[in-house]
Amino acid sequence: MALTYSSVTKKIIMALAGLFLISFLIVHLSINLLLLFDSSRESFNVAARFMATNPVIQVMQIVLFGGFILHILVGIILQIQNWMARPTRYKIEGYSQSSFFSKFMIHTGAVILAFLVIHLFNFFFKAKFGEMPEVMIDGTLMEDMGLLVIEKFKEFPYVLMYLVWLLFLGFHLDHAFHSALQSLGLNHSKYTPLAFGLSRALAILIAGGFILIPVVIYVTQ
Amino acid sequence: MAELNSKIPKGPLPQKWTDYKAHTNLVNPANKRRLEIIVVGTGLAGASAAASLAELGFKVKNYCYQDSPRRAHSIAAQGGINAAKNYQNDGDSVYRLFYDTIKGGDYRAREANVHRLAEVSNSIIDQCVAQGVPFAREYGGLLDNRSFGGAQVSRTFYARGQTGQQLLLGAYSALSRQVKKGNVELFARHEMLDVVVVEGRARGIIVRNLVTGAIERHAAHAVVLATGGYGNVFFLSTNAMGSNATAIWKAHKRGAYFGNPCFTQIHPTCIPVHGDFQSKLTLMSESLRNDGRIWVPKKKEDAENIRHGKLLPTQIAEEDRDYYLERRYPAFGNLVPRDVASRAAKERCDAGFGVGETGLAVYLDFSDSINRLGKGVIESRYGNLFQMYEKIVDENPYKTPMMIYPAVHYTMGGLWVDYELMTTVPGLFAIGEANFSDHGANRLGASALMQGLADGYFVLPYTIQNYLSDQIRVPKFSPDLPEFIQTEKEATGRLQRLLNIKGNQTVDSFHKRLGLIMWDNVGMGRNEAGLKKAIVEIAKLREEFWKDVKIPGTNNEINPELEKAGRVADFLELGELMARDALNRNESCGGHFREEYQTPEGEALRNDEEFKYAAAWEYTGENSEPELNREALDYEFVEVKQRNYK
Amino acid sequence: MNLTLKIWRQKNATSKGRFVTYQVNDISTSSSFLEMMDVLNESLVIKGEDPVAFDHDCREGICGACSMYINGHPHGPDKAVTTCQLHMRKFKDGDTIVIEPWRARPFPVLKDLIVDRTAFDKIIQAGGYISVNTGGIPDANAIPIPKVNADLSMDAAACIGCGACVAACKNASAMLFASAKVSQFALLPQGRIEASERVQAMVAEMDKQGFGNCTNTGACEAECPKEISISNIARMNREFLSAKVCAPKVKEQSGGGI
Repeated sequence: MALTYSSVTKKIIMALAGLFLISFLIVHLSINLLLLFDSSRESFNVAARFMATNPVIQVMQIVLFGGFILHILVGIILQIQNWMARPTRYKIEGYSQSSFFSKFMIHTGAVILAFLVIHLFNFFFKAKFGEMPEVMIDGTLMEDMGLLVIEKFKEFPYVLMYLVWLLFLGFHLDHAFHSALQSLGLNHSKYTPLAFGLSRALAILIAGGFILIPVVIYVTQ
Repeated sequence: MAELNSKIPKGPLPQKWTDYKAHTNLVNPANKRRLEIIVVGTGLAGASAAASLAELGFKVKNYCYQDSPRRAHSIAAQGGINAAKNYQNDGDSVYRLFYDTIKGGDYRAREANVHRLAEVSNSIIDQCVAQGVPFAREYGGLLDNRSFGGAQVSRTFYARGQTGQQLLLGAYSALSRQVKKGNVELFARHEMLDVVVVEGRARGIIVRNLVTGAIERHAAHAVVLATGGYGNVFFLSTNAMGSNATAIWKAHKRGAYFGNPCFTQIHPTCIPVHGDFQSKLTLMSESLRNDGRIWVPKKKEDAENIRHGKLLPTQIAEEDRDYYLERRYPAFGNLVPRDVASRAAKERCDAGFGVGETGLAVYLDFSDSINRLGKGVIESRYGNLFQMYEKIVDENPYKTPMMIYPAVHYTMGGLWVDYELMTTVPGLFAIGEANFSDHGANRLGASALMQGLADGYFVLPYTIQNYLSDQIRVPKFSPDLPEFIQTEKEATGRLQRLLNIKGNQTVDSFHKRLGLIMWDNVGMGRNEAGLKKAIVEIAKLREEFWKDVKIPGTNNEINPELEKAGRVADFLELGELMARDALNRNESCGGHFREEYQTPEGEALRNDEEFKYAAAWEYTGENSEPELNREALDYEFVEVKQRNYK
Repeated sequence: MNLTLKIWRQKNATSKGRFVTYQVNDISTSSSFLEMMDVLNESLVIKGEDPVAFDHDCREGICGACSMYINGHPHGPDKAVTTCQLHMRKFKDGDTIVIEPWRARPFPVLKDLIVDRTAFDKIIQAGGYISVNTGGIPDANAIPIPKVNADLSMDAAACIGCGACVAACKNASAMLFASAKVSQFALLPQGRIEASERVQAMVAEMDKQGFGNCTNTGACEAECPKEISISNIARMNREFLSAKVCAPKVKEQSGGGI
């Protein structure tokens, strides 16, 4: 299917899936940050429960998985085609004035994917299928997701692992937002320079925000 | 000597082309499909002709030596294209464009051809706009114009400094569309080596596949040569490295007369020569003369100090500058025609006022315009040219005046053609710079693009049908006819002969020596003694070439040295004909300046009594002198007088 | 100045190539890169060796024939120039210069530094034109065009088809080339009429020729001798998307003239 799509169509799919994943990251990050601002973990746990039980979110979860898989699969196909387009490499490859991280999207993407699997085992699958501590909030018994997170981030290797992972996420995101707009043809002489700035800001805020959580937890606990 | 029939239609001048079109024979659509036409060259003339003929339904085969038709040297034309649109309301008309062109050509062109050119000029602009050529526009959305040398109106349409490129890409896109439709078969990296004549008619060509080296025979009902000019005979010129005369020269040797070979245009605004290693000259568009003022120092000692680097041009006070064009030609000033501007520059430099390291340069100064209009306006008009100049010379022309000097640029001469653009070989046509027809002894700026496209889009598609209409019963030609085999054998033999010489000197070294002989004796100023000397020297050089040229490699591969050798061998013959023609023409006219024939003020002195004719040279064999045929130029409608730009 | 050159030599399309080192001496700083190559070739011919084959023609930076990958950059280290307009003053005495051909699957090497760029012609043939025949055209001023659009169109039309964008791109993508032509026409009222068919046909041909995909890296723009902007790529993407989404379903090729 994706093989017969034109190059531009594939890029559009990458862009749409990518933008959707960015929106997911923003939601994910906002919820996680609750942990830092509410030491009782109450608001975090309420939000986590909402995410785990709300029927709309459940549907979106499937869409999200679809989005991941599409982004990864199409990305791999594009990359293979790209390698095939230059069977003989140059002896010297110069550095052109260009978007630096764009040259390593497949590499940063692969790193992100590898850690993602570990991450899913650590939290997502545990919450979905494993044994969870429980807590009573406003008369409702719910899973204490927050405790799970805090326990995890007391261990230094995990913190380090997440630090590396999220850095790569930042690198990947640096060439994400503006690139998606470009692929979708949303380009304007006035606003495109802003998109570059926004892209970098998003990369720093998202990666930085996520990094903040394990670091703060490790340092304060 | 054959009778030259120029086939000019009868009737009043403005009616000739209309009448011709109304009465000429046409080929019906069903028959067009069965007729094949070979077009050699993919520049403005070739691409536009190939596309237009294919649109009409003919089967076209199109050839170029470059890797893509889009690279033909028309692409390098910068300034613009003329048309008599009168969009500026400044009094332009078809007649005025016609008149300026005839006058600019120093009354050595055919009235009927030039009038036709002026008539179709407007359609060219319409056609190009419809093709998506992004001409410069005003804020109101309408087309902008600029002025060019030799005219007092603004009639030049332009696309920044890349007009030739944009027009060529327009023709190339039309051509590409026909390739896709299967009406044009494209042969890139193929060089024409000879023309095949069967029973007195041109029936095909011999080409060399420049990748494999294979020699191929191609047949058709008619052959069109759109292979450009022969300025590279001078080695240093503004032509592309590959521009060559082989196609027209071989056609000449097969019976096509060569018209006015000595009429070459020396363009006044080129970047001066700066070393022996130099491979070509770069033109700065004539449009620069719109806003630039040309000068040299008034005092010889200033010029000398500048040459030795002791003085900068910006240090010369206004009153010590000699704006010699404005001084000599107050009416046209810096916008005099090219031949006049070039000679004036040579005159000043020869008199010792030249600047630059070699003393062979004059200044083209934009400081007045920058003060008057602002740097931004100048940048928007000529930005890319300024940038190009800075890349080559390493000086900033916004701050210090440009240095320019004349260089060989265009050849008005070419294969002699009649009104229908057919050479003296039936079925063999020549269009664009390859023919001699429309520019007389000097071409005005922005007229080459006009002529190339006029021939290709609007003239040849009509006139070729008059020839083809009696060819409809001729079945498709086989390239296995004995004439084809024989011509192929000759072409192969010649290449083998070149490869077998295995001498000691490179092709380029011969080419450079030929160029020097040509520039010194058949260049801007010519005289009897020099021309006679040149004829002898060229013959000697030719002999040496065929004994001592060194070409590595074989015929069965990409072999640029072999390609160059074939071209230079032809230049070595053509150069001699140019000198003979210049020697024969005992007058000065346009680009042909014989030092013996000038007015007391140093202007060209024509001799209409004896030389108001087009010289059509006939090839008579390897060791015999060419024969001169004269086509008298009858000026029925224009009064012939001395050109005056004062 | 004296230089060491490492040049890719390859006898023909099928043979294996390799780098060969040459020494050139007394090169003038004001000579162009190709004139330096001329000096080398002249010396090779005299020695009876095969000169280095390379494409070149106008030597004014406009025909787009020259195509050398010099020290890791198409057309060398200078900005906004073609190889023929690159001057030796950009190098230092004693420099080693590595010269390679364009590398891309759709641009096979024919000999030494000469590659076959017919793939570009094919992309244009697929739809890089406005379908008008000669003659029967309205007056050139019949349709006014906003100066801004005419200028943007000209910016895109300045492409010389040299292939530096493909050579520079890590994916050997031809997006900048194709989008320049798509943009030139999409910005003009004359070209809008078949804009939808054009962009689809040209993208399809580009893929068929085996060029890579665009990663929006911008190396093409940075190395383009004519400084064609990647905003043209965005415009092509936009044209393509709206063509795919909005264009009505039509029967293939009904009519359309000769």
